[in-house]
Amino acid sequence: MTQPRREVLEKLTPVLTKRWLSPDAWKIDVYERLDGYAALKKALDVHPDDLIQLVKDSGLRGRGGAGFPTGLKWGFIPQGDGKPHYLVVNADEGEPGTCKDLPLMTYDPHSLVEGIIIASYAIRANQAFIYIRGEAVHAARRLRSAVKQAYAKGYLGTNILGSGFDLDLVVHSGAGAYICGEETALLDSLEGFRGQPRLRPPFPAIAGLYASPTVVNNVGTIASVPYIVLGGADWWKSMGTEKSTGPMIYSLSGRIQNPGQYECGLGITLRELIELAGGMKPGHNLKFWTPGGSSTPLLTAEHIDTPMDFEGVAAQGSLLGTTAMQIFSDQDCPVYATWRWLEFYHHESCGKCTPCREGNYWMVRTYRRILSGEGTHADLDTLLDTANNIFGRSFCGLGDGAATPVMATLNHFKQDYLDYIEGRTAPRLSAKSLVGAH
Amino acid sequence: MTDVAKKTDTVTLTIDGIEVTAEKGELVIRVAERMGIAIPRFCDHPLLAPAGACRQCLVEVEGQRKPVASCTQTVADGMIVRTQLTSEVADKAQHGIMEFLLANHPLDCPTCDKGGECPLQNQAMSNGRTESRFHEHKREYEKPIHISSQVLLDRERCILCQRCTRFSEEIAGDKFIDLMDRSSGEQINVYRDDFFGGTGFGDGQVGEGEGDVAFNSYFSGNTIQICPVGALTGEQYRFRARPFDLVSTPTACEHCASGCSMRADHRRGKVLRRLAGDDAAVNEEWNCDKGRWGFRYATANDRIMNPLIRDKRTGELREASWSEALVTAAEGLKAAKAAGGVGVLTGGRLTVEDAYAYAKFARVALGTNDIDFRARPLSAEEADFLASSVAGGISDVTYDDVENAPAAVIVGLEPEEESPILFLRLRKAANKRKLQVTAVAPYLSRGFTKIGAALVVTAPGEEAKILAEDAAVAAALGAPGALLIVGERLASSPGALSAVAALAARTGARLAWVPRRAGDRGAVDAGCLPNLLPGGRPVTDAAARAELAPAWGVEPGVLPGTPGRDTDGIIAAAAAGELGGLLVGGVDPGDLADPRLAEQALDNAGFVVSLEIRGSAVTRRADVVLPVAPAQEKSGTFMDWEGRLRSFPTVLPTTAMTDGRVLEAIAALLEVTLGTGDVMTIRRELGAMPPSTASRPAAPTVTAGALPTRGATEAVLATWHHLIDSGSLLDGDDVLKGTARPSLVRIGKDLAESLGVAEGDAVTVSTDRGGVTLPAAITDLPPQVVWLPTNSPGSSVRRSLGVTSGAVVRLSAGAAGPILAEPPGSGSAALQAENRTKGANS
Repeated sequence: MTQPRREVLEKLTPVLTKRWLSPDAWKIDVYERLDGYAALKKALDVHPDDLIQLVKDSGLRGRGGAGFPTGLKWGFIPQGDGKPHYLVVNADEGEPGTCKDLPLMTYDPHSLVEGIIIASYAIRANQAFIYIRGEAVHAARRLRSAVKQAYAKGYLGTNILGSGFDLDLVVHSGAGAYICGEETALLDSLEGFRGQPRLRPPFPAIAGLYASPTVVNNVGTIASVPYIVLGGADWWKSMGTEKSTGPMIYSLSGRIQNPGQYECGLGITLRELIELAGGMKPGHNLKFWTPGGSSTPLLTAEHIDTPMDFEGVAAQGSLLGTTAMQIFSDQDCPVYATWRWLEFYHHESCGKCTPCREGNYWMVRTYRRILSGEGTHADLDTLLDTANNIFGRSFCGLGDGAATPVMATLNHFKQDYLDYIEGRTAPRLSAKSLVGAH
Repeated sequence: MTDVAKKTDTVTLTIDGIEVTAEKGELVIRVAERMGIAIPRFCDHPLLAPAGACRQCLVEVEGQRKPVASCTQTVADGMIVRTQLTSEVADKAQHGIMEFLLANHPLDCPTCDKGGECPLQNQAMSNGRTESRFHEHKREYEKPIHISSQVLLDRERCILCQRCTRFSEEIAGDKFIDLMDRSSGEQINVYRDDFFGGTGFGDGQVGEGEGDVAFNSYFSGNTIQICPVGALTGEQYRFRARPFDLVSTPTACEHCASGCSMRADHRRGKVLRRLAGDDAAVNEEWNCDKGRWGFRYATANDRIMNPLIRDKRTGELREASWSEALVTAAEGLKAAKAAGGVGVLTGGRLTVEDAYAYAKFARVALGTNDIDFRARPLSAEEADFLASSVAGGISDVTYDDVENAPAAVIVGLEPEEESPILFLRLRKAANKRKLQVTAVAPYLSRGFTKIGAALVVTAPGEEAKILAEDAAVAAALGAPGALLIVGERLASSPGALSAVAALAARTGARLAWVPRRAGDRGAVDAGCLPNLLPGGRPVTDAAARAELAPAWGVEPGVLPGTPGRDTDGIIAAAAAGELGGLLVGGVDPGDLADPRLAEQALDNAGFVVSLEIRGSAVTRRADVVLPVAPAQEKSGTFMDWEGRLRSFPTVLPTTAMTDGRVLEAIAALLEVTLGTGDVMTIRRELGAMPPSTASRPAAPTVTAGALPTRGATEAVLATWHHLIDSGSLLDGDDVLKGTARPSLVRIGKDLAESLGVAEGDAVTVSTDRGGVTLPAAITDLPPQVVWLPTNSPGSSVRRSLGVTSGAVVRLSAGAAGPILAEPPGSGSAALQAENRTKGANS
């Protein structure tokens, strides 16, 4: 393991992660000692419209993957419409490789609660929900205790801190479905229905939860709000790049020495991040990696110096996504990795639309055949065509995400496929599982 | 002004290079269809909300990164759309989706019911690849599974377009089916297993469906019809025919007064299935399961094929030639006419033409006004109400009016049970147009809940008082376009129809009378009433009679000018031996207010002629039985509750004759030319009849009755028919009857406490005549009111109790004798047993 150089170390910008290592920061008294709820007090003195403007000025963009400007989203909520407004926090973090919201909610749950109160105040919502992944039991427990403590201290409930603003916050555990991270499926699930994406328009800002104006934001987005309120828009913009402002939690996994979360300004490169993570594991050379979870087209070693912000990654034909970097080396098989991802997408497809439901079923079986040494050259053409027939044809983005690794690995690593088909690589799956296939 | 408004409401777009103007908000797929560009689709259905699930209808829209589903994309000004005809991207996308859909779809078209009329099959030919590249193992499921006793599901054929679940939820409000599981294992299913507390399917199949919540929606058949593949099939039609061997005839439904357009498909002299017809003004594209599957009565083995006359020597009915039977009938009627007169009783199965034949026959051949179509509890007040407020097109509310009404007050009518298509339209209006429904009823039934009705709690008999005094009801009717919709049950509530007429006059609300049977409204206008001649002409009005006389070719003095006896009067007179004879067509004594008295009347009448399709309690007592054609073997017209004519041609040409033709033959022997021999002649005669100038009689003003006093274990009976019950028009359709609602006795908490019974315990409802024992359902009813289904398995109210709605009955806990009904859904055995004991005429 190599120590990162000083100038690289200085690229770390612990903002959202700053309390993670403080003992018991998840308790409200500790949190309060560490600047906790200071931003709330400041925010409640400000007009909600000014808060929305502040977030707009900060350039904060959604941390859930799409990077939509947060202030703009809040501004879409019609004010004075007589309808209840809702804030829903998407804590259904399920993108393969992503692990930024769970530790935040586990180690610093109050920062999310504080962000929720400020954001609800800004959009004039009196009811907020955290939709948390069902499997994240420990984080949910921490959140519930944080909410309880916040109620006890008067940060939640009626007339918060004497401001006249009321807010109720409910922590809702999902039942473990990747699709429920899609915001409209999440809303359906929250309403008690089957989690499947809704037709848009109407967009949640007009008709979201219970057909009322709703903001759905990622955990990281909302947790950023208190820091912006405290530090101001200019301080926030001092991190990151011009169009991708602020710090970002990069979750690194795979063939590196120290997998984990590294919070740096947007625009850092993978080369620097790997250095921060202690370098590649001995004997491993970077072969391919995902910039933001498996749904984002994977990149190769030649992209190691791409600035990891929304624009930089898009310029390489990929997406920043959730900044979940899964790092694969020359000892990893891209075909096998793609198959594993596909099994995930196949398992998690909600079934609503044809291309995702049937296409994944088909591709998974084709991969199993290729990995069993039963593949044909025609399979590669069919796979690419199938992926093309899914990509951009499905109801929501999940289908695109599933087609992405197939197209990317076929594009970058066709030889690895041919090696299985032509017998140069030993089969990794047993043909026994292929009953019925020819 | 309107031109300007129009311009802002339309947009101009280009589809495949052709400029087209469309309404704002219209879907691209519809606009393309109007232009003659067929974009393939599965999940899209014009009457269901857009889903965008199947993705088959992808098109290219300029400026959009991805192909767009044209079934969810609304038009925009300047939009440039390219379909598969001009865009390679769209064509490729559609071929891709089709390949996905076929990947897991079995190639069992040769044995699939849908083969030959299958949208998947057709569009696979037009927009699919010639060969599959899919070499993997196809998905398999146990096939088929029952989701109700009537509906079967082959899940491996399903393409998960969700038309069925969307129909059930959006249109019918019966969310009994839903998507289960996810990914490639996603499937349509009912809520299976005990967790959901279902009672099984009642299909008599051991081990299957136990604990499941069956798809017992009255509208379940529509899901089969809109299924774009063969995943949903009906037990009744499954494996019976190939679509291309069937001959289709557009027809009309003979069951209720909703007036559904239908399509009957027959092959080799047998109707094999019926489908909902398209009629945007009436039933849109839906019908109910009774209309779809209730047609086997016409081929039941008790169908009468030849005339029967009672043999003088043996006293038994024997087959006879038509000439002998007609002569016997004519001579008998002639003698009976001289010996006290002949009463004419007709029932709900009659077409307008046949009803007109009876009305004319009674007046011209029998010289009497003793004719009544009301084969059910009735009142003189009702006859007056029909004359003043319904007959001759006075009530002209339409489905369209229902859809656009701001408010509707429903009295004495349970729309889902008694007029299911009216119910669907009410539901559409309540969900999409903000119709406010007020139900004047004893309790908020499931049907009323589904149309979001506000309940004005009313015990049977209290209707007149509520309508006269309730401020909420009057306020609801104050809005322009508000409707007052009343059912035939109000006839048994004294003063109610008087109050209805008065309320409508007071508030300006429009009035609709919704009878239960297809022939009822037509019979009113055809003159099958003791106080009305055809066209709503009062019999007492000499001028009205004079209008009619030339049309009928008789001297004005021939037509009797005094009101005749109504059904009850005819029955009473015949039972007392005062009538010389009875002419009965389509009446089952079990439907009448007092079946026992009706049978006495048939026994005591000197001479009974029965025109009937199948053996019945009337034919068994008749002196002459003349077989007539069921609806499918004749042409004719039903008049639905709107007053709309629903003409239909002959589906199956047979030798069976209409009632009108038989009556004409009898009349000829009585030396009267009736001119009702064929339907076209009657239509011409009706069409040539001058419009009536007779003044409309005044509405009845019967004083409201008071609720009878009841002892501690007595209650007022509320009762109405279930849609699917023991009626004789459902004989032979046991799988359909398996989807019937369970027979229950509904009691309020007060009665449950005083009787000491819990939900599901046996409760006996009795009168001096007999009792009905059923499991109790504790319902939010007014004090001391009990509800029973009128004619369901284990509950034939009129026959067992001899009373009807509004009567006082006794209640006791437990079974008085053997429990007639098994627990709900316990199988068709009970139904069959009940059928053998002979239900009433639908």
